[in-house]
Amino acid sequence: MYVAVKGGERAIDNAHRLLAEARRGDRSVPEIGTAQIREQLSLAVDRVMTEGSLLDRDLAALAIKQARGDLIEAIFLVRAYRTTLPRFGHSEPLDTAAMQVRRRISATYKDLPGGQVLGPTFDYTHRLLDFALEAEGDGQGEPARPATAPADPDQPMPRVTDIIGGEDLIERNPPQEAGAPVGDLTRDPLNFPAARDLRLQNLARGDEGFLLALAYSTQRGYGRTHPFVGEIRLGEVEVEMVVEELGFAVPLGDITVTECQMVNQFKGSAVDPPRFTRGYGLGFGHCERKAMSMALVDRSLRADAFEEERKGPAQDEEFVLSHSDNVQATGFVEHLKLPHYVDFQAELAFIRQMRAEQAARPETEAAE
Amino acid sequence: MTAPDALLEARGLAKSYGGRMACAGVSLAIREGEVLAVVGESGSGKSTLLNMLAGRLAPDAGEVHYRMRDGVMRDMARLSEAERRVLMRTDWGFVHQDAAQGLRMNVSAGGNIGERLMAIGGRHYGDIRAKAATWLTRVEIGVDRIDDKPTAYSGGMRQRLQIARNLVTSPRLVFMDEPTGGLDVSVQARLLDLIRGLSADLGLAVILVTHDLAVARLLSHRILVMKGGAVIETGLTDRVLDDPQAPYTQLLVSSVLAA
Amino acid sequence: MTDNPYNFAYLDEQTKRMIRRAILKAVAIPGYQVPFASREMPMPYGWGTGGVQVTAAILGPKDVLKVIDQGADDTTNAVSIRAFFAKTAGVQTTTATAEATIIQTRHRIPEAPLGEDQVLVYQVPIPEPLRFLEPRETETRTMHALSEYGLMHVKLYEDIARFGHIATSYAYPVEVAGRYVMDPSPIPKFDNPKMDDCPALQLFGAGREKRIYAIPPHTRVVSLDFDDHPFERNRFSQPCALCGAGDSYLDEVVTDDRGGRLFVCSDTDYCEGRREAGHRGHQPGGPERKEAAE
Repeated sequence: MYVAVKGGERAIDNAHRLLAEARRGDRSVPEIGTAQIREQLSLAVDRVMTEGSLLDRDLAALAIKQARGDLIEAIFLVRAYRTTLPRFGHSEPLDTAAMQVRRRISATYKDLPGGQVLGPTFDYTHRLLDFALEAEGDGQGEPARPATAPADPDQPMPRVTDIIGGEDLIERNPPQEAGAPVGDLTRDPLNFPAARDLRLQNLARGDEGFLLALAYSTQRGYGRTHPFVGEIRLGEVEVEMVVEELGFAVPLGDITVTECQMVNQFKGSAVDPPRFTRGYGLGFGHCERKAMSMALVDRSLRADAFEEERKGPAQDEEFVLSHSDNVQATGFVEHLKLPHYVDFQAELAFIRQMRAEQAARPETEAAE
Repeated sequence: MTAPDALLEARGLAKSYGGRMACAGVSLAIREGEVLAVVGESGSGKSTLLNMLAGRLAPDAGEVHYRMRDGVMRDMARLSEAERRVLMRTDWGFVHQDAAQGLRMNVSAGGNIGERLMAIGGRHYGDIRAKAATWLTRVEIGVDRIDDKPTAYSGGMRQRLQIARNLVTSPRLVFMDEPTGGLDVSVQARLLDLIRGLSADLGLAVILVTHDLAVARLLSHRILVMKGGAVIETGLTDRVLDDPQAPYTQLLVSSVLAA
Repeated sequence: MTDNPYNFAYLDEQTKRMIRRAILKAVAIPGYQVPFASREMPMPYGWGTGGVQVTAAILGPKDVLKVIDQGADDTTNAVSIRAFFAKTAGVQTTTATAEATIIQTRHRIPEAPLGEDQVLVYQVPIPEPLRFLEPRETETRTMHALSEYGLMHVKLYEDIARFGHIATSYAYPVEVAGRYVMDPSPIPKFDNPKMDDCPALQLFGAGREKRIYAIPPHTRVVSLDFDDHPFERNRFSQPCALCGAGDSYLDEVVTDDRGGRLFVCSDTDYCEGRREAGHRGHQPGGPERKEAAE
């Protein structure tokens, strides 16, 4: 006798227990602590904070642990937590020119005020597995202290785009309107065409891999922008917020950010003298790959503004902004795992009906 | 200046790209049932003019007025988006040089012809299909090809299908942009015969852009010669081609005769 | 995080107010897709975040909630969403259609007629009925604004020309209140007639696509068709094997690897109700067994 399938509830409970078991792994290995993740997997923490849109190293570390190292899952956890938090307002624009710089490089000038500061980078490591890191807790894995302190904080370090802008050789940033509303696509639906604030917010939250691939495609001819890395800088900046009751900006604390300013192909017309154009990228923590990709895509998406022919995916605003979010993307791709019995049944019945009609047809014709 | 019997009238149409003037203050009028050819070399501004007349490109200056079916002359720039779209899919037609721009390449011929009927509320499958079949016959395409997609059609057939798709709602004005461009000579001749027959039978007004004076002579009543964005000469087709006044027109005509 | 850091029904009150405003607008303009600021939810996009947000926004402490997926109360996703609200809102839940005040559904409309004191909340993956004809949002919104629905009929025309039928068996587009063309979510077209003149309020939530739309009670809902190719509801050639119902939508169950098939009600509550009332269908093994059992 056929009995309808039951027991979804029990199955889910047990799946959750199996998941917890798999997360723990071999119990003879010590359990990883969130502090270890926070300190030693810090780039993963940075990515989860950037794409999760929530600056909290401890929560990001917890999410990574809970997600078994699946960063998109961790971003998802952080987002689902963030969404319930009240929004008090928005900060003043960060003054990245006043950053306490730990790394600062420019590909446009060999030397410049403040100099190039290499800082903590993989760039010039040889990608050879360092088996010394395998040694556990015996002190042999402890790295030597860096020889010199980073840049002199008293030495001013102007932004490269400001240096170029001093000669009016790069498009001017749109003037700030005091009290202009700042868009937030987590609070309002995204409409097209999107303004610059929403575009940059979308890209900052966007999947690193997706943006990387798009940025790469612009370099290979699908919407070229002739980019130069004007500057990448990493360091701490102060966040300030205007409290209405006080009427002036109050510092909230320092945060670590990576900023990338691309200097792109110049534009001009009979009236306007030629100027370089900009692409902008910014993320929490140390996230150069993300910030660079973001800056390239930001510039490509402005194709219409510069009357460039749109022929690459990275120039298609609706395409890019609608598909950049990995939490949305993974949800919809993975929803195919959900049952579709009903729809499949409808297709099944229909295809049988059409086949039956087709099979019947020659007989009718023969009879006529 | 307003012609009392004009179907469409344009005044001072201008458009520039960057610093280059593509169309500089062009005025013209066309009557019902009249075929007007706009001729000139490539880069003369004739396609820009056509796109402005057809509401596909906003002019920098100037106006286009059209006499609606109720007899009232309307400024095209003041039509609502809804009115403009209705006009474009009922009383107007546009035949592109590249049929892929004027057809839905992944929709059958019947669906391509039927789209306008469905857009204005046609809801009887049999009627829509019958009309599609009638129009296929009128443009000399076999009715047995009704369920084929344009991708399976030859270049000449695609162009005839595009014409059928436009004419199914009995428009009064059809814009044509080099409709015979890129086709073999024999295919061209057949298409020209078809266009001439249909426009005469249906009393269509046609604004035709072509670089080919032979096409203009065969199809048009009047001709308008363009160079560098400006109108050089205009008049009855036979008069302009047999007795050109402007030196540039003389050059154009003689180079054709020589070829 | 404390033991209960979340508000009643998870969402904060400001978000609920925002969603309610979108719902009110949707009810005022039947079939129109209202953009809303869809939130990140603790379940993945595509798994019902739109429906969950709508339910959370309208749920009150005295509501009785039913959640179905594919018509069934005990599919995993339905269980999970029901448990979510039982936990975050502490509301009473039920599997009985008649007892529920709010029914959240994925892909089905219950077989039992709905009443005017009930709300049906649909989970919607792709709210735009024109999406696969025209990918651009800017263009589809213009098409809706100008009632330019010719392209939709071109699709139906092509179906008939190719298959002899309109080849859409689920997510079959409808015209609501004589104005907007709407995607009813991927319910089988079998369910389409139930939307017409329905006494219950029908709300549709699309979380990833950030749209809410609605069919107010007793609204005319017409499935698109041609005069000479009218909309047809799909029918089954046999009744439910468990309860014998001949008027319900059936799931096909594969009983063995030799082509054995069994058809049973997709609406589990309807099927159970009929069996409790003494109705029986054909079990595998043939009618003799069934008669013996009776």
